[in-house]
Amino acid sequence: MNSKYIPEDKLLILEITEEIDHHQAEKIRRKADDEITRFMPRKVVLDFNNVTFMDSAGIGMVLGRYKIINMLGGSLEMENVGLPLRKIFDMSGVTKICPIRNQKIEKGS
Amino acid sequence: MKSIYENEMKLEFISKSNNEAFARISVAAFAAQLDPTIEELADIKTAVSEAVTNAIIHGYEDKEGIVKLVCKIIGNSIIIEISDTGNGIENVEMAKRPLYTSKPNLERSGMGFTIMENFMDEMNVESIVGLGTKITMKKVIKKEEVEEETITEVLNQINGMN
Repeated sequence: MNSKYIPEDKLLILEITEEIDHHQAEKIRRKADDEITRFMPRKVVLDFNNVTFMDSAGIGMVLGRYKIINMLGGSLEMENVGLPLRKIFDMSGVTKICPIRNQKIEKGS
Repeated sequence: MKSIYENEMKLEFISKSNNEAFARISVAAFAAQLDPTIEELADIKTAVSEAVTNAIIHGYEDKEGIVKLVCKIIGNSIIIEISDTGNGIENVEMAKRPLYTSKPNLERSGMGFTIMENFMDEMNVESIVGLGTKITMKKVIKKEEVEEETITEVLNQINGMN
């Protein structure tokens, strides 16, 4: 996972580069929470552009970060969510509280 | 003895969470012979990942056990069986309910069975408390009908040229 903090906007961008399953979610969660508590951002964006696989562990991971950020008075958004990931997020209703700010442009479409 | 299936494979691995990726990639590689679309392959990988994760974190919890994976191909369908000899599920109907999780502290979403049911064409759970759980899933890989048409068109063109 890569992170980028933009102080003037109090914006933290977390770019996830791992496949999100139960095994990897633990690592992603730990690193994300470290960055969130370090910068105390007003807004966090989870970037899924480089995520090639996700199962239901991704739902728990996003909801867990949402709870923490919400407690700190900030908001969470997702970006570059590809179609297979979108299917899982929509099924769980996560997108209702963590909006997707831009869709991933699929290759060939 | 000749199998009724056109192809079959079996895998056994220890209930370590880093085997989740190994399991889904192996099944995807086996399923590739049916020429699935990228979306169908993603559905299969996700469903396998859910079932294997359940076997590891619910079936065996912190204990070490063996997860068995059997894949069979018949016609244009793939049948996937994932079983463990762990705890078993007390109430299968409750476990299948969307958002139900017995481990909310692990940030589990309770969507595992819902995803398996939605992403596969058939899903069946057999479980006996104290003996283990077996998940059987089936996915039909749709054949593209366009293909045949294209062949006919090409043949007509060739015939027309003569």
